[in-house]
Amino acid sequence: MVQNIIDVRNLSKSFDISSKEPGLKGTIKHFFRRQTKSIKVIKDISFEIKEGEIVGFLGANGAGKTTILKMLCGLIYPSEGSILVSGYLPYRRKENFLKNITLIMGQKQQLIWDLPPIESFYLNASIYDLDKFEAKKRIKKLSEMLEIDEELFIPVRKLSLGQRMKSELLAALIHEPNILFLDEPTLGLDINAQRNLRKFLQKYNKETNATICLTSHYMKDITSLCKRVICVHEGAISYDGKLDLLLKKLSPVKEILIVCRSEEEAIKLENSCFTVKNRIKNEITIKIEKNSITSSLKTILNNFDIEDLYINEPPIDEVIGKVLIKKDYDI
Amino acid sequence: MNLRKYLKVYKKFLHTSLASELEYKTNILVDLITAILSLVGSIFLLSIFFQNNGFIGGWKFEQALIIQAIYTILNGITNTWFNPNLTEIVKHIREGTLDFVLLKPIDSQFFISLKKINPSGFLEIMLGFFLLLFCIRINQIILSLSFLSLSLITISCSICILYSLWFFISTTTIWFVKTWNAIEVLRSFLYIGRFPLNSFSFSLRIFFSVFIPIAFITTIPSEVFLGLSQLWKILLEIIVAAVFIKTSRKFWLFALKFYSSASS
Repeated sequence: MVQNIIDVRNLSKSFDISSKEPGLKGTIKHFFRRQTKSIKVIKDISFEIKEGEIVGFLGANGAGKTTILKMLCGLIYPSEGSILVSGYLPYRRKENFLKNITLIMGQKQQLIWDLPPIESFYLNASIYDLDKFEAKKRIKKLSEMLEIDEELFIPVRKLSLGQRMKSELLAALIHEPNILFLDEPTLGLDINAQRNLRKFLQKYNKETNATICLTSHYMKDITSLCKRVICVHEGAISYDGKLDLLLKKLSPVKEILIVCRSEEEAIKLENSCFTVKNRIKNEITIKIEKNSITSSLKTILNNFDIEDLYINEPPIDEVIGKVLIKKDYDI
Repeated sequence: MNLRKYLKVYKKFLHTSLASELEYKTNILVDLITAILSLVGSIFLLSIFFQNNGFIGGWKFEQALIIQAIYTILNGITNTWFNPNLTEIVKHIREGTLDFVLLKPIDSQFFISLKKINPSGFLEIMLGFFLLLFCIRINQIILSLSFLSLSLITISCSICILYSLWFFISTTTIWFVKTWNAIEVLRSFLYIGRFPLNSFSFSLRIFFSVFIPIAFITTIPSEVFLGLSQLWKILLEIIVAAVFIKTSRKFWLFALKFYSSASS
């Protein structure tokens, strides 16, 4: 039986945040008498993650995804509730716990800006107490997986964003952690660089059975890496389960564009019992429930004079976008 | 604590920060020239103070030069280690890159205090030592083992006090986010350390001994050099240094509980 590697129970986090009224008067008032209020950004959440799982955290900006990730890796103290990661209380930041995890943030970097990435790798290797031979072996293996070679010897400031992100990954993985926390790792990368990064993460997960917790606003990252998603809405979990089920729930129908041989035939189809989205001359778009798609298509092909047809999935961004604004999903 | 690992990491810190700094040759050259000019300027200023009267606060010019030498060494240490690292704490906290430090299996205070060095500060340390040797000659100080040990102890204590003061202010960034001004105020107070404590009024002497212990940083080591020191003062400096180091450590660990990391 696969063990739970992350166990979160009734976790909450509050921050004291100060607010300021606009204008000069507001600024002066803010300077002399700062008004702060405690805001609960994470509200009583509970979940478990099994070893080797890749879990995507979905939510709008400010929903609390990054705060959850930072509490899981021990950067922020929880206000209430308990977290166990790999058997450790993360906020104690014990050496053995830190050797097991890594955090990669798409918008922040740890590489030494003026030096080639290889220097940062060897520095990290010494921090993780790896000898030179072992460090060299791991750098070689990871650089092959990430398909970087010459870039290792070029100063970081001269690398492209994609090359820099690959180097950041290598620096973060040199100690072979078994839990990866990734906060928008593909932020700002071009399509090819995003794809390569996803390919690498899939391969890393497969080869090492590492657990990956990921936040991303690029839906492709989520759909190609995560079987399970946790949706966060205003600090609370609105959905925790399989991505497939969520998609089915959010978009139960498929759109079918049918090109009829004549306009009359299209009108005939329009007046039948199907849900019509629109019709332009002999082209008609209808909506069919996913679970009755085969039988419906059979009926259409048997009863109408059809020239061509196209089955379209609704755009994933549009579907997932619904998650960001909805509070609850009962699957 | 695994000492071997920490030595290995420090060797890497030295290597990477030297390599980073040497990327910018002109910057190093400018820093070196600044260090020389600053020392010449300070000695010139000191000589002006002593022009009318041969003594200030009971100290001769030759004796006051020892304070200048110790100040130059400490300023060199500040520029080599404290300035590049401890000002970086503010940046780490503002930008949230402290996250990377806290998630490394290494003491975070060690990491942020020693990761960088500024090689041009070495020249200032060397200039300070040369000036100190010159002072030893002109003040006809006899070198002995006890003298050398006491000098080393008091200067080490000065370094600890200076580091703790600076580190303490930098740590407050966790709550106040911007503390550049406080660091600048501290630096201005340190300039006072170039002059003998006795040259100030009684109330200022109390202020610079109790509230901001500048007196301990330069005057007591200088008194050791001149054979004017009293045992209780040396013991007091050791106690103050130990309390400062311990408090700055505790304060850092306490402050980390309030670290909320920068938003992404």
